[in-house]
Amino acid sequence: MSGDATVSPLDRKLLRDLWRIKGQAAAIGAVIAVGVLLLVMMTGLVTSLDETRQAYYERYRLADVFAPVTRAPDSVIDELAALPGVAAAEGRVAGYALVDLEGVDLPIQARVVSLPDFEAPRLNDVFLTGGRSLDPANPDEILLLKGFADARDIRPGESLDVTIRGAQRAFRVVGLVQAPEFLYVTAPGELAPDDARYAVIWMSRATAGAAYDMEGAFNEALISLARDASEPAVLEAVDRVVEPYGGLGAYGLEDHLSDRYVSEEINGLRGTSTIVPPLFLAVAAFLLYIVVSRMVQAEREQIGLMKAFGYTNLEVGAHYFKLILFIAIGGAIVGCLAGIAAGRGMVVLYLQYYKFPFLLFELRPSSFILGFLVSVCAASAGGLLVLRGVFALTPAVAMRPPAPADYSRTGRVGQAIARLLDQPSRMVMRRVTRQPLRMGGAVLGIAAGMALAAAMTSVMSGFGRTMDLNFNVIDRSDLTVSFTDPKSDKTILELQRIPGVIEVEPVRNVSVVLRNGLMTHRGAVGGRVMNPRLNRAVTRDLEGIEMRKEGVILANSLADKLEIAPGEVLTVEVREGRQPVLHLPVIGTTESLLGSPAYMEIDALNRALREPNRVSGASLRIDSARSDAIYRELKDMPAVAAVSLKEDARASLQELMDSGAGAMRYVMAGIAFIITFGIVYNSARIAQAERERDLASLRVLGFSKGEAAFVLLGELAVVMFVALPVGALLGYALSFGIAAGFSSDLYQIPATFGRADFGTAVLAVLGASIASGWLVKRDVDRLELVSALKTRE
Amino acid sequence: MTNFDQSDRSLDCAYRTQGLTKIYGEGAAAVHALRGVDLEIPAGEIVVLLGPSGSGKSTLLNIIGGLDRGTEGTVWFRDQELSAISDADLTRYRRDNVGFVFQFYNLMPSLTARENVELVTEIAEGSMESGEALELVGLHERTDHFPAQLSGGEQQRVAIARAVAKRPKVLFCDEPTGALDSTTGRTVLKVLKDVNETLGSTVLIVTHAAATAGMAHRVIHFADGDIREIEENETRLDPEEIEW
Ligand SMILES: Nc1ncnc2c1ncn2[C@@H]1O[C@H](COP(=O)(O)OP(=O)(O)O)[C@@H](O)[C@H]1O
Ligand SMILES: [Mg+2]
Repeated sequence: MSGDATVSPLDRKLLRDLWRIKGQAAAIGAVIAVGVLLLVMMTGLVTSLDETRQAYYERYRLADVFAPVTRAPDSVIDELAALPGVAAAEGRVAGYALVDLEGVDLPIQARVVSLPDFEAPRLNDVFLTGGRSLDPANPDEILLLKGFADARDIRPGESLDVTIRGAQRAFRVVGLVQAPEFLYVTAPGELAPDDARYAVIWMSRATAGAAYDMEGAFNEALISLARDASEPAVLEAVDRVVEPYGGLGAYGLEDHLSDRYVSEEINGLRGTSTIVPPLFLAVAAFLLYIVVSRMVQAEREQIGLMKAFGYTNLEVGAHYFKLILFIAIGGAIVGCLAGIAAGRGMVVLYLQYYKFPFLLFELRPSSFILGFLVSVCAASAGGLLVLRGVFALTPAVAMRPPAPADYSRTGRVGQAIARLLDQPSRMVMRRVTRQPLRMGGAVLGIAAGMALAAAMTSVMSGFGRTMDLNFNVIDRSDLTVSFTDPKSDKTILELQRIPGVIEVEPVRNVSVVLRNGLMTHRGAVGGRVMNPRLNRAVTRDLEGIEMRKEGVILANSLADKLEIAPGEVLTVEVREGRQPVLHLPVIGTTESLLGSPAYMEIDALNRALREPNRVSGASLRIDSARSDAIYRELKDMPAVAAVSLKEDARASLQELMDSGAGAMRYVMAGIAFIITFGIVYNSARIAQAERERDLASLRVLGFSKGEAAFVLLGELAVVMFVALPVGALLGYALSFGIAAGFSSDLYQIPATFGRADFGTAVLAVLGASIASGWLVKRDVDRLELVSALKTRE
Repeated sequence: MTNFDQSDRSLDCAYRTQGLTKIYGEGAAAVHALRGVDLEIPAGEIVVLLGPSGSGKSTLLNIIGGLDRGTEGTVWFRDQELSAISDADLTRYRRDNVGFVFQFYNLMPSLTARENVELVTEIAEGSMESGEALELVGLHERTDHFPAQLSGGEQQRVAIARAVAKRPKVLFCDEPTGALDSTTGRTVLKVLKDVNETLGSTVLIVTHAAATAGMAHRVIHFADGDIREIEENETRLDPEEIEW
């Protein structure tokens, strides 16, 4: 044989075919690449977060069980350590404090935890990132959480004013630390972290004991489990042991706030990674199917010819299959590489919120293999359908002269309309009505792209709606004050007397465990006045809900979690004071998109607790011109444990939603638009390839370039206008699924489908159509008549 | 060459059909393309199948060429019953024994002349070099041109080169000159005759142009799905002498 013996003629045809459809191949390859990118990035992140967390926890001996108590003598620790299933136990002193910084009006909330005086902690060790560890001989030394220190620019050696139980004292910061129990740190009652507004302080056990009046005693037991121990059994046993000391309910690591957030993130990523990339790959498979099946259609005579020469079905099939694999594997390679780059970028973003001492973007080979397999399988699924067509073609088609497509069955409607039109319009009409299946495929493809774009935009406005609902409709206060412990309602009067305070609404928040059968939820019940104005519960129509004395109102998400409905009785185990167990009817549900609140009328709640006229905090509306003075007053009130500004909370939540998994929505919306363009462009190109000869004939007959292009673009326009409403409907349906995917335990994203979202998606499709139409028209104008007529393709 | 010696040709049979019937479609719309054809084609001859358009010539050629199957009846290629073998064996049969030339050339537009020929030499055993095959049809200078860069006659010659490159035992040509002018047509016929003589291939030419019959050893007149008459030429015309 002559020529280049290493490349067979069929493979050369393959390469030339690929080059001919390079635009489409690139578009499809890009869609595959995006799917693989997301898959590789997300599975990589899941692995990285999960394994790093595991390693971090083990290395610094994070406890498996936390048991807060009111006050227990140190000897109780030995009792706990002796329990079956307990590997180690340690007592520590933990409490709240306020940090006073120069130039900061509001006092900053802080958590204080103790470290053993003369030995390394058996559990919950810390990672020293700067400075040195505590010298137990010096009671003024503290360690400070690195995130807070960095945000406030505090260095080892500087002093810090800390108010504990009303007494202010200057400490010396000797070291900066990170700790696995503070991977994700938020101020109490807030969802989003803000490094600058919450501090964690470590001090020696002796110092903390003196400050919190816990000498020879502890108020939090840390416990690690033996291998094979049953956590529920240990929790129960621990609760029994600490009961006489005011046990507030032991809980496992999975209920620890920091770990819960990390788990949420990992589960969210895992969930998204199983839903979204397959969606992209399905779209790619669909596109590949369309493109290659059209190619097979156009090359049916060549296929017949190859078969006539004695090529087997498999050999011919393999030829087209190779084309598919080429695109799929190309996309997969690009996707893997881009996925690694994107993953590395995301890790940096994650480190802002999740305070790992290190986080490497790690990929298991299985992520790559999965990416490759999934993309090749998806592409093959499309390809197999095409191969059926290849197998079905008999070699005899090669012998037949080309038969003109049969337009006799255009249908009555089509003919009736056709009479009203000029010739080119008739050609458009006939084609649309003659091949309803093909047109249906194109409509479906474009509609799918539009649906994806519409659903993503709708989810983006869903995020906005969540923020709006929470910070404008539900919470209409300017700031929230919480007290060190439940106070007499006279304190409310004190707040009202501060000049500039416009309105004060008392709140009584109580830590509880809610139970309905096997379903439980650790949280709080919020006692509210009968008709709350500043911090409300609202109906679906955003009307305020009036509190009633008989029972509790639950957030929808909470009622779902507990599988309870209004009218049923909820068990409320109070984790404060005398810790009564209450049985209260659920009297209603409320719309809430942030957290999972439960409400009750404040007097009824106090009566149930047998602690009348108590408040734990208040919502305030203030005159913003006098805010500085108000902050100063609040800072000086000994009853005030914390003050948080709604604006701060809103800003940190917004920032959280704009990064991490929440930020993914921007990426995905961008990708949805790219895909929409890919689909529209593909449809245009296919239509063009199919009609090349017709167009050339029209030109030969004397039609102008514009008239010839009209036949093609008219067809596209018809397809597009049918696709728009279909896409809107699909998008509406899809937005529910995607919103559910983005919602987490911590916040819900509602599926909204506003006019603006719909409009954006329509504009995207129109824009893509115009761009594609222009690209195609350019080619039609350049059409070489002679060669177009000569080659029978 | 106007003279030939009967003894030069081997008289064993290349093809034999018995009661070969082909019906397209069903019921009222059924088309009886072949109505019980009984035929023997001797090996090594040039046989012209002559008949009006729509008489079933292509159908017959497709069936004995192994591209299609009859509705009823049997087809034998030497001692192999084509009507009884599997699709895979039919593919083998085509791959090993048969070359095709079509009215519309049917070249792969994305392959050059040489590559179109290699498409076949690649899968057939004992085939000639693509260059040699192209030389046979007098096209050795335009081997790297794509079909769109060749005239109709040149394209048909590439198609013939592609068909003969595997040294087929049988060469099937369906209206090989149908799309060509008379001068180009004569060149093509000349090539077919050369192939018959140099390779000893049986050549079956389907045509509705009666003039072509002059170059055949044997002419089968076909009409309305069946054979009307078989005629053996005492003297054969050289393609140069054919008028149409
Ligand atoms: N695939 C087909 N389906 C239906 N009818 C066919 C098909 N192929 C050929 N025919 C019909 O069979 C008859 C013979 O066709 P053909 O063998 O192509 O004739 P010829 O080659 O002699 O012109 C014609 O009437 C033709 O219409
Ligand atoms: Mg014919």
